Amino acid sequence: MNVSQSDDIIICEDVHKWFGDFHVLKGISVRIGRGEKVVICGPSGSGKSTFIRTLNRLEHHQRGRIIVDGIELTDDLKNIEAIRRETGMVFQQFNLFPHLTVLQNITLGPIWVRKMKKSEAAELAMSLLERVGIPEQAHKYPSQLSGGQQQRVAIARALAMQPKIMLFDEPTSALDPEMIKEVLDVMRELAQSGITMLVVTHEMGFAREVADRILFFDQGQIVEEAPPHEFFAAPKHERTKLFLSQILHH
Amino acid sequence: MASTQASKRPEPAGRGAISFWRHRGARNIAIQAVFLVAVVAVIAYFYNNMIRGLNELGLTFGYRFLGLEAGFAISEGIAYQPSDSYARALLVGIVNTVKVTLAGIVAASLIGLVVGVASLSSNWLVRSLARVYVEVFRNVPLLLQLLFWYSAVILKLPPVRQSVEVFRSFFLNQRGLYLPRLIAGQGFSSWLWFAGLALVAGVAVYFGVRRRLKRLDRPGFPSLWALGTTLLIAALGWFLVPHPPLDVDPPVLQRFNFTGGMHLSPEFAAILLGLSVYTGAFIAEVVRGGIQAVDRGQSEAALALGLRPWAVMYLVVLPQALRVIVPPVTSQYLNLAKNSSLAVAIGYPELFNVGTTIMNQTGQTLPVFTLIMACYLSLSLITSAFMNWYNRKMRLDER
Ligand SMILES: Nc1ncnc2c1ncn2[C@@H]1O[C@H](COP(=O)(O)OP(=O)(O)OP(=O)(O)O)[C@@H](O)[C@H]1O
Ligand SMILES: [Mg+2]
Repeated sequence: MNVSQSDDIIICEDVHKWFGDFHVLKGISVRIGRGEKVVICGPSGSGKSTFIRTLNRLEHHQRGRIIVDGIELTDDLKNIEAIRRETGMVFQQFNLFPHLTVLQNITLGPIWVRKMKKSEAAELAMSLLERVGIPEQAHKYPSQLSGGQQQRVAIARALAMQPKIMLFDEPTSALDPEMIKEVLDVMRELAQSGITMLVVTHEMGFAREVADRILFFDQGQIVEEAPPHEFFAAPKHERTKLFLSQILHH
Repeated sequence: MASTQASKRPEPAGRGAISFWRHRGARNIAIQAVFLVAVVAVIAYFYNNMIRGLNELGLTFGYRFLGLEAGFAISEGIAYQPSDSYARALLVGIVNTVKVTLAGIVAASLIGLVVGVASLSSNWLVRSLARVYVEVFRNVPLLLQLLFWYSAVILKLPPVRQSVEVFRSFFLNQRGLYLPRLIAGQGFSSWLWFAGLALVAGVAVYFGVRRRLKRLDRPGFPSLWALGTTLLIAALGWFLVPHPPLDVDPPVLQRFNFTGGMHLSPEFAAILLGLSVYTGAFIAEVVRGGIQAVDRGQSEAALALGLRPWAVMYLVVLPQALRVIVPPVTSQYLNLAKNSSLAVAIGYPELFNVGTTIMNQTGQTLPVFTLIMACYLSLSLITSAFMNWYNRKMRLDER
């Protein structure tokens, strides 16, 4: 990729992280362009989740630099808050707030962080629910929805903060097969909108179709990065080949 | 079309005659009726026995003895003399029980909250201290703890003339704790004007802020604004009034004892300490469990939205934790109220203590027993009614 420096919305330079003695991220350096769609894959335990969680400080890195939309992630709480306002995150387990209705889940951020009026926030929430295809569920509680519907609410909740970057950590892994498509469809539609997306996923069909670039993680390092056609047609690294043969012939 | 004569299907439920003992509703009613008859029979049997027993002793069942002169002294509590009636003596006991229960509930809740949160601390020392506290006080019988606080700690304090003193105004000795008391001073009546003004302003601010928030269509905390206003004006009045509105009445050591100030007896101190330390350990566990019951993903999702830590706590974690915490804490409060009867072991004159004295003097075991039971029952029912109300209100607020 040949993106000029100012176009990079995420810049990681030699990022390291340890859990105790365990070296999880071993020098991650990567630049992600504005509006780029990046898919991250790799074997279990390779540090994919940990990496995208360092990007909004749910985990803190111990060495190296992370710059998100021109703001460096440090212990400065103001920077952390600013970056979290710019980034939405969707979790494998949805993590919807069970004591709030679908509508309240979505308006919580806009009202308390963006200081939006309640009625405006509700309007925004309704339009997002239209967009993810479940406006009729607005007044239910999360536990009354199917997994696929819950994940779509979670996407709407993240979008309600009008983020520039969306982080997805295996958004379809906890779903039954028949619900995976409805979530991926929403993500495909979102990809058209020009937002920057980082998606940890094993859905290689989605990666092939949507990704500008695929990062392959193994043992805390980016072993290979390439556009999808190259990545699938001619993987360079042995470990990538092994991974692909396992996941594609499964 | 199937022929009708061949139909051997059973009658659909609810139509036609079902034999009586197979009908669910009828059977339930029958069982309840039998049970009721049995209970009444048992009660009647015991009542008969009791009346016969009382007659043999030359006594009758009744509450008239309550009007008689009690004739025994009570060491502390509301105004009372031995020449007062048994009813008055019982009232002293009730008030003392309520006093130690309320103070115990407040203290135990504070201890429980602090220790419960501390046991989840990332600091090893803080966490371990909290764990040790919980394990020790939860697992030693309460009666033992009460005797320990009373005879091994409080009665071992120095005598009056060598009191442990703090800031020359708090004195701790074998006779208990002496502390300063606030009394109305010279400027009190003029300050009352400010206090009144403060209250009115507080109410006005509350409704003003609420209207403003409604107009802005934003959430907020009108009651905090109201509280702040009230405190501010009351404090302002304090400085503007020429004479201090409240005077401090400190305990002063006379020849043999202290005069003035406030006095907590060693018995009260021991029972309060015992109950709150013991119940606090249980509440700490409940609090810890409640916070842990909220999945870590909840606060992560809230943080990822950009909410500040206090907002994560207030909007996401606490509402979910409280749902888990309130019901078991209610039963801890009820335990505390009932456990206060153990104070009889160290001579604090609460309900049970006074009650047994009356029983011994009058021989009216059963009437006194029923009275004591009725008192504890009402105390418990009031507590749980309040907690249920709180629980319901909290759930409705969330919707
Ligand atoms: N809080 C933690 N404390 C200690 N070790 C952790 C913690 N979180 C993750 N790890 C370890 O770090 C490694 C990387 O974890 P991570 O969740 O990033 O892997 P992943 O690539 O997302 O795997 P998966 O595909 O299974 O989700 C794993 O070995 C995991 O056990
Ligand atoms: Mg993961």
